[in-house]
Amino acid sequence: MSPSGAEVLRQIKSRIEEVDPSDVHELRRAGAVVIDVRQDDERAAGHIPGAHHVPKSHLETRIESVVPDKSAHVILYCASGVRSAWAARTLIDDLGYERVSSMTGGFTLWKDRGHEVEVPRVMSAEQRERYSRHLLLNEVGAEGQQKLLDAKVLLLGAGGLGSPAALYLAAAGVGTLGIVDDDVVDLSNLQRQVIHNSERVGVAKVDSAEQTINALNPDVRVVKHRLRLGSENIMEILAGYDVVVDGLDNFPTRYLLNDASVRLRIPVVSAAILGFDGQLSVFKPYEGPCYRCLFPVPPPAELAPSCGANGVLGVLPGTMGLLQATEVIKLILDVGSPAIGRLLMYDALGATMDEVKIRRDPDCPICSRDPDEIGDEEMGVFPDYEAFCAGVH
Amino acid sequence: MATIRIPPVLRAAVGGQREISATGTSVGEVLRSVVDEHPDTQTQLFNADGALNRYVNVYLNDEDVRVLDGLDTAVGDGDTLVILPAMAGGR
Repeated sequence: MSPSGAEVLRQIKSRIEEVDPSDVHELRRAGAVVIDVRQDDERAAGHIPGAHHVPKSHLETRIESVVPDKSAHVILYCASGVRSAWAARTLIDDLGYERVSSMTGGFTLWKDRGHEVEVPRVMSAEQRERYSRHLLLNEVGAEGQQKLLDAKVLLLGAGGLGSPAALYLAAAGVGTLGIVDDDVVDLSNLQRQVIHNSERVGVAKVDSAEQTINALNPDVRVVKHRLRLGSENIMEILAGYDVVVDGLDNFPTRYLLNDASVRLRIPVVSAAILGFDGQLSVFKPYEGPCYRCLFPVPPPAELAPSCGANGVLGVLPGTMGLLQATEVIKLILDVGSPAIGRLLMYDALGATMDEVKIRRDPDCPICSRDPDEIGDEEMGVFPDYEAFCAGVH
Repeated sequence: MATIRIPPVLRAAVGGQREISATGTSVGEVLRSVVDEHPDTQTQLFNADGALNRYVNVYLNDEDVRVLDGLDTAVGDGDTLVILPAMAGGR
């Protein structure tokens, strides 16, 4: 006769290590990973802060992406300590994890003992549907989606790069999108600036972008800044944003942005386009180089094509703007390897993507110093600032 | 022969090519071969003192030659030099 479920459970519990809720903090400090194996609705009512969520029904398929190291100490918990014991057996016997514990008494005892509980904000049914493909990704999930909804991203320009970036960040549910642009939609923009349309020629780009974003995703709040960035307003505008998307079309503002973002410690996802070529990098202050480490001085006017009208393949800013959107989301979610300290170079004609290393310059006039030491009068300044590009736009 | 990647702003000076080859055993020698072959690149790459312009970055494979030995950095057959001036277009 097969043993009863209760008997099997007793046998499992005799084989696995059970840990008391009061020991969990210390075990975590020693490197243990805590996994909540309950169902979605149980977790929504509260969970151990920082615990990963792998429902028991998805354990076999998802655990390895959450805990790739099979020698890691894994602590499982459920509501009472029963399902987590069964789950522990699965990890040990079927998946080869070496040290798996089950938390005694589960989340019920954890809560009764007065340990800290995190109650996740609940997404509406519509949001769960809208973001369902994100929720299926371990790297995003409900917590990651909430991070996106809470995030504030500033787009400098609703033009070639800003259009695709804004569209996909809005679709992804980035909760606040600031847009800085003082321009109006021109017919010649529509070859690439896909957030605008033929009916909006002559309309302010910030208004046009807002309409498109609102129609795409009502979760997104658009903050319109219809102005040109200057040293007099940049600190105020950037403050409070988590990430800046640089789609600027001129060097003086790029240097100004660099200096302000270093002072405010806000990462900048930067891209530039010309013809069939694009460049992209992430400048995260004090973790990697800044724009001035890469380009200490701007090129003279004849080598600075942004100073005049130049051709660009319409698709190219789409490619580069979406690479920017991808980097923004990675920064918000804190996943993957953002392009910090690397410059990606995309050649559309050759269909090649190359990269070079960017080093922090120990003598960088801006990021080698404490941000509090950088004064307003230094921002955006370099030796021949006035001379290099007279008709900047 | 080293391979040199030519950025968009310099392509007109090398007959529109995106990639060219040049001889030399150091970064400086290779770049001077480029200038000999394509004189229009002279003022874009070098200043009046013969030093590399500060607004032009040069990478040997993926490393900035400024953190190697600058123009004296040794270049072998099969190496790639990337010439990279800043770009700012976003529109």
